[in-house]
This record gives sequence, structure tokens and C-alpha cells, in this order.
Amino acid sequence: MEKRLIRIKVNGDYYELYIKPKKLLVEVLRDELELTGTKRGCNTGSCGACTVLLNGHSVKSCSVLALQADGAEIITVEGLENSGRLSPLQISFLDHGAFQCGFCTPGMLISAVALLRENPNPSEEEIRGGIHGNLCRCTGYNSIVRAIKAVAEGKYREEEK
Amino acid sequence: MRKKYTVINTPIHNIDGVAKITGRAKYTFDIKLPQMLYGKILRSPYPHARILKIDTSRAEKLPGVKAVVTGKDTRGVKQGIWRRYKELCDEEILAREKVRYIGEPVAAVAAVDEDTAEEALDLIDVEYEILPAVFEPIEAIKEGAPQLHENAERNINVTRHIEWGDVDEGFKQSDYVREDWFRCSSQAHVCMETHCAVASFTPEGKLTLWTSTQSHYYIQVLLADMLGLRESDIRVISRYTGGGFGSKFELDSAQFCSALLSMKLRRPVKIVLNREEEFMATKRRTPMFYYLRTGVKKDGRFVAKEARVFTEGGAYTAMGATALYLTGFFQAFPYVWPNYRYDGYRVYTNTEPTSAMRGFGAPQATFCAETQIELIADELGIDSIEIRRKNAMYPGYEVPGQAWIQSCGLRECLDRIEEWIKKRGELPPHRGIGIAAYGFMSGGIFNWFDTPYAFSSALVKINIDGKVDLFVGSQDMGQGSNTTLAMICAEELGVRVEDIRIHMGDTDICPVDLGAWGSRETLMQGNAVKMAAADAKRQILEFAAAKLSPNIVYDLDIKDRWVHLIARPERGLSYFDVVKEAIRGKDGQPIIGRGHYTPHRKGMISPAYSFGVQAVEVEVEQETGKIILHNCVTAHDCGQVINPLGVQGQLEGAIAMAAGYGFTEDLPMDEGKILNPNLVDYKILRAPDMPKTEVMEVETYEPEGPFGAKEAGEGLTNPTAGAVANAVYRAVGVSIKNLPLTAEKVLKAIKEKENKKEDEGRNEGI
Repeated sequence: MEKRLIRIKVNGDYYELYIKPKKLLVEVLRDELELTGTKRGCNTGSCGACTVLLNGHSVKSCSVLALQADGAEIITVEGLENSGRLSPLQISFLDHGAFQCGFCTPGMLISAVALLRENPNPSEEEIRGGIHGNLCRCTGYNSIVRAIKAVAEGKYREEEK
Repeated sequence: MRKKYTVINTPIHNIDGVAKITGRAKYTFDIKLPQMLYGKILRSPYPHARILKIDTSRAEKLPGVKAVVTGKDTRGVKQGIWRRYKELCDEEILAREKVRYIGEPVAAVAAVDEDTAEEALDLIDVEYEILPAVFEPIEAIKEGAPQLHENAERNINVTRHIEWGDVDEGFKQSDYVREDWFRCSSQAHVCMETHCAVASFTPEGKLTLWTSTQSHYYIQVLLADMLGLRESDIRVISRYTGGGFGSKFELDSAQFCSALLSMKLRRPVKIVLNREEEFMATKRRTPMFYYLRTGVKKDGRFVAKEARVFTEGGAYTAMGATALYLTGFFQAFPYVWPNYRYDGYRVYTNTEPTSAMRGFGAPQATFCAETQIELIADELGIDSIEIRRKNAMYPGYEVPGQAWIQSCGLRECLDRIEEWIKKRGELPPHRGIGIAAYGFMSGGIFNWFDTPYAFSSALVKINIDGKVDLFVGSQDMGQGSNTTLAMICAEELGVRVEDIRIHMGDTDICPVDLGAWGSRETLMQGNAVKMAAADAKRQILEFAAAKLSPNIVYDLDIKDRWVHLIARPERGLSYFDVVKEAIRGKDGQPIIGRGHYTPHRKGMISPAYSFGVQAVEVEVEQETGKIILHNCVTAHDCGQVINPLGVQGQLEGAIAMAAGYGFTEDLPMDEGKILNPNLVDYKILRAPDMPKTEVMEVETYEPEGPFGAKEAGEGLTNPTAGAVANAVYRAVGVSIKNLPLTAEKVLKAIKEKENKKEDEGRNEGI
């Protein structure tokens, strides 16, 4: 299979990559760009560990071909920091103990970012719905819900530069 | 007034947190080395078969394939974690003659990429002679059933007997005797990071293995034996582990096959199990068939209990032997049984091996015991709380010949739950509250692994700037032990958590600890850390005493970086200044403290026990039988809480996993083949399924634990399935003794109950 050229913008940086057409977005992010913050917990699109933002929307990067992302802008967990400063959601996750093993956390954070972008004032039920696609085996989710809620309620603001 | 503690019992951020929330944490899954190859494992499609021939020549010729290994390339060692008992070491990992379950490894390939390795698997020709297979323990134990292992007649792998008092006499003295059969299902651990390893063997004869594990020490030792290497020539590194829950402290196929291939090729080899392999070919919770006969007095006092269990062992021993003992011990928990008899049989079957999983046989025992107690209470017209209170364990109680209970807050836990239930008041229709009481161990005393080392060890090194390097052998797999141990170290030494830098998950650097299983770390590793910190502190205080030259009747301590006279806290010195001078005084040597812990004369099971009571409020949908969880309230005695943030996380996580065990998770099989080996069909709880959770800490002081602490994580998995079953019983009046409580089973039970009522009505009509 002949390799194809794609151009993507990831966490603000531009990349030109020659890739096999069957390569998944998650494989390109992890293997080519070495952005290993994005995880993979299944091969059926059901765990959400590989969730990234693609043109502002959350997608499971194991269910997207890298070719489909040609020309797109992607944000991974590594892109949530702002010049080394943690984002409000990240700080809130720390404060609420909203992770344990941490393997689902990158995907969970991205889903939370997408949720709050689409719905800045979600109800608890909407928060739970927003992370429905992300499996976590450690926390039982409630600490994650509290962390997201605290951000939605404005308890965490973007740190001053 | 000065606070007793400056660090303990304050909510502290997970010290690995920033690495985890920024994607910087490198798990084994993320490791990539120069020249690294990728491995895949060929697995048996049959539950029981003799391997007649394996031809790897076609696979070896595929471009990109670097090596293929089979059982013939191994030393033929049968390994197992029960090393003291040769006959229980029964698993080769790469089968040489026979396969005994679907998914058992028969060959492994290393290639330039995963696709090539995968393709090569199809080119390996294995000739099997299919043998008759057996899947249920009740069938496998019968005479004439297909036999899995030569030395195990009637497939009996391990038996266990526990007895005290006079059970037969106890039944004679009982006013009421009840018998029940229960079936406890299996469960998959579903760690988000699947089993994986990167092995790198280099020409100087040393192997480095990065792996996702709960015990780097066990893996090092078991691998040394399998590969014929010196223990210390193997370095196991496991800085971040993406979940364990009992699935990652035995040697697994990713670890062994990657190491074998790397030894052959002198190149790094990475193997990551995919989710299907994770379900079908690792280990899982032990299914149990329980018979309980229980005798009580009219007033609800417990007199005698007899328990008999057949467990589905699967193809190998694994940690199943321990689960068999613990389920028998915890069947009598957390109550005073004057007379008790337990007989357990672990039976080999041609299914995926069963082993340790969070709770380790206790969730099964608790489900059966608590379901039956609820029925007994009802028959006798005694309140659910009252019957438990009447028989509850108490501080100072000795489980005859087995254990000594020191701290025990069970009665306070019952009081707190009773208050909550009263406060909850009248429930909406089709709702019910069920309770279950439980207890669990704080690390096992048993040494079937036959380690010559202390169970836990720690080193503390204090540098010139006061920074403390804490070296521990324990494994943080997400449960937060690094944070707990840093807190214990900081408190004992009198510094802050940010002064501690922990070194964990590397056998080259860390002292030995048996690993993160059986709720060991807080008590056992915690005690070792506390001792090491105290040793280092003593050395600092020697210098401080010389400097302050107090009256000899005064003694010194350090709190929050202040070295001072205990009687006159304002008289003191900065910790940082004392450290500088102490190191100078030691001829420039850093201060080093050493600590270790091995339980002695603490009974058969554990040095300390946690206790608790959980109340679960469920709603049962009448039309479908579906269970909806509304509230889950737990009164919890884990001794002195170290990190409230950590304890809450453990509690909520345990509820999710244990509720899954109660009513959504199952591993149905057809002729030994798991039918739902993926995250679509295997249903773990998702965020919208979680109930409201509330925890009430009942603090006790455990004399054996560091700062009075005991376990707070695994035991929380014990009560939920039983509490859910009891809540369903209260909601709709049906008692289901067969886990999980799927909507189908609940609906069927409701229908049967209605039909019975109709029949009775009709009969009355006649």
C-alpha cells in the first residue's frame, strides 16, 4: 500500500506526515508523533481512552483513520496545558482525586473539555452523559463528575499568564 | 492546642498526579526502545488438546519475522506463585505437550511490526489431538471425568478445611436451621492498561523488563527460574501501572514470551495483549458454588455454620489456592461463630484459570453469608441491623485458631448505618434498602511464595538540602500507595509531603516488598517506611540534642520541619539546618534510615482487619427486572485514615466494581469459550450508572498499623453484591442466590413469585 501525505495541526504544531492509508489517528499520534499521553484500552471503540479533540469535537482516535484527519486541527491531553500551566480541569482533577491509575484520564479530560465547550453549565446528569463513552475501572466516576462540576461552576479559572 | 498530626488525615494530592493528568506518565504501553521488535502470541483454539506437532517454518520465512518460539525453546519449568508446594506449580506459560484452556499460549512471534507478527501467527501450523474436556467443577470432580493434570485425581487441585467448636452439637442446640445453595459468578479485572511488557536482553547476560505489574519482585523471581538467570540479573521496572485489581502479580504470557524472544534475539521485544486476549487468556475471579447450613437461636444468636465450596479452578492453580482459603475464612466474618466448619475444594476445569481479584474470595463469601443472614432475620422476625449487631465481632475477639481481632469498629458502623436508614424514611414504591457487613485483611501473613526477604522493606536517604529519597518495594498501580507512603514518611520524619521523593517500581533500586495485593501496602509497607523514617529521624535528633543540650529528661521530635523539645516546642532548630550539620558530622555521608516489616505471631491470616457496613438503595423496574442503584452508603473502619482523598477514591471505585459483580458483569461460556470478550458485551458500570455515594468514617486505632491505619481499598469490594441482593429482596420480595442479578433473573423471580401467589389464591378459592 502506497503511503500518503497528510497535513495535520496537533496541539498548535503543524506536521506533514507520510503514512500508510490504513493507519488510525491514534497510531499516528502515538507512534509517529510520540504523543503517548493518548491511550488505547480496546479495539472496539468502547473505552474512550483514545479520545482527542478533532476540530473542536471529541472523537475516539481509534475509530478515525489518520487520512480522515488530513487538514484537521487536533488537541490531545498534551495540548491542554497553556505554556506549562495546568488547565482548570486538570487542577480540578488533582483536587478531587479524579483519577487513580491514570490510564483513562487523558481521554476523560478531553471528553470533559468537549462537554464544557458544548455545554458550559451542564447538570450532573449531563456531565455523566458527557463522559458516558469513557470507561474508568478505578474511580467509580463520582470524583470525576465532581471535578467537572466544580469547573463548570467557575471554581477554577484559567491561570493568569 | 497542637494538632496531633501535621500530615496524616489531610487530603493530599496524588503525588503522581501531575504526570498522569498531563500525559507525561510513561506506562509500559508507551515504551518504545531503539531496535524494538513487536511480539504476538498464538493461542490454543481448543479447551483440551495434545500438541502433536508445531511447524513454524512458514512463519519464519515471512519477511519481517525475526523469531518464533514455542514450548521447545523453554527450559520446561512449570511455574506457579505457590512456590513452597511443587505440585501447585503447574503452568508452563508456553505449553509443551498439552493445552488446557482456550487461549493458552503455544507459540510467540517477534517481528518488525505488529501487523507482520499477527500475520505470522496464521502461518504457524499446530497439529492437535483434541481431548475430551470438562467445564464445570461439579462435573470435573466426578469419577471418569477428563483429567487435566496427571497428579490431580478427579481434578482436585487444592482442598481446605477450617474448623472450630463442635458444629454438630451446635446444630443440635439451634432453634432454627437453614440450608441454601449459592452460585457466585466470575468477573474480569478489566484494567484499562492490558497486560504488557517490553523485554530487553543484552549481551552481558542481563535482562530488563518494563511491565505493567502489581509486584515487580514476584515477576523478577519467577522469571529468573523460567529463564535460568540469576534473580539480580533481571531488572523489572514498573513505574506506572494502569490498574491491577489482582490480575497483575503472577507471571504472564506477555512478560515471559517477550523475555524469551529477547533472549533469543538480543533485541528489545514488546508484547501488548489486546482486549480480547485480556478477557480470554489472563486470569479472572473465581466462580464458586457454595452450600451453607446455618443454625441460630430464636433470638437471632448465631450458633453453628457449615460451609462447603466447590470452586471452578480453570486450568491452573494460580492464586486460586489462596482464594480458596480466604473465602472459607471470610465466610465466618465479621461475626462471632461459636462453631464453624468449612470444606473447600478447588477443581481444575478446561477454562481460563481463576485467581485473585479484589476481595480475593471474600466478595463471594460475603454475598452468600449476608444473603442468608437476611433470610434468617426475616424468618425469625428480627431486624436486619439487630441480628448483625447481636453477633458482631468486637475488639479483642479471637477467631479460634485463626486470627486475633484488635481494633474493630463494626458495632459503630452498624449504628451509623441504622441512623442513615431511619433518616431515609419511607421509600418510593419498588425500592428497597439492603445491607451487608464485611471485614477484610490488611495484608496476608502466609508465605507460600517462600520469600527469604522481609515482607516489606524501605530505605530513607536524607540529602544535604533536606530532600528525602524514599525507596519502597511496593507498587503503585493506581491505588495511591506512593502518596500514602510519602505521607507516612513525612509524618514520622516531621517534614512535608513535598520534601519526599519516592522511588518505586524498579528492582535494581528498590528494596523488596511482596507487592500490591491482599491490601498489604498501607500496613506492611507503611510500617517499614515508618521504621525507616524513625531510624533516620533518630540520627538527626542525635545531632540536634548535642546542639540544643537540653536537660537530659527532655526528649526531642520533629514536626513540620521544626526540630524541637517535645515539652517546650518553641525551643528548637530548623530541620534544614540540623540536616546540614548532621551530614557534616557524619563525615559527609547522607543520613540513611532502614526499615522492614514481617508479621510475627499474628495468627494465620493477617495482622489487622478492616470492618464496615454498607447500605444500598435500589429500585427494581417491575416490567423488566432491571436494577437501578440510587444510594450507596458505607460506614467504614479502616483504622486511622491516612489520606481522606485516597480512601474516598478507593470506596467509590470499589462500589463500581462490586456493583458490576452484583448485577452487570459476567463471563458466560460455551464449551470453555468466553462469549463476551470485549467491552461492548462485557458490561462494566459507566458514569450514568453510578449511585450517590456517601462514606462515614468510623475511626479506630489499630495497634499493629502505622499511625493506627489498616486496609482501605480491597475490602470495600466485599459487601456490595450481597447488599444489592438484600435490597432487591426488600424491594420486590425475591431472594436471588445466583450472581449476577441480571434483569432477566430478577424478572423471572418476580414472575415466579406472582404465579405462586395466584396459585395459592386459586387453591384458597377451592
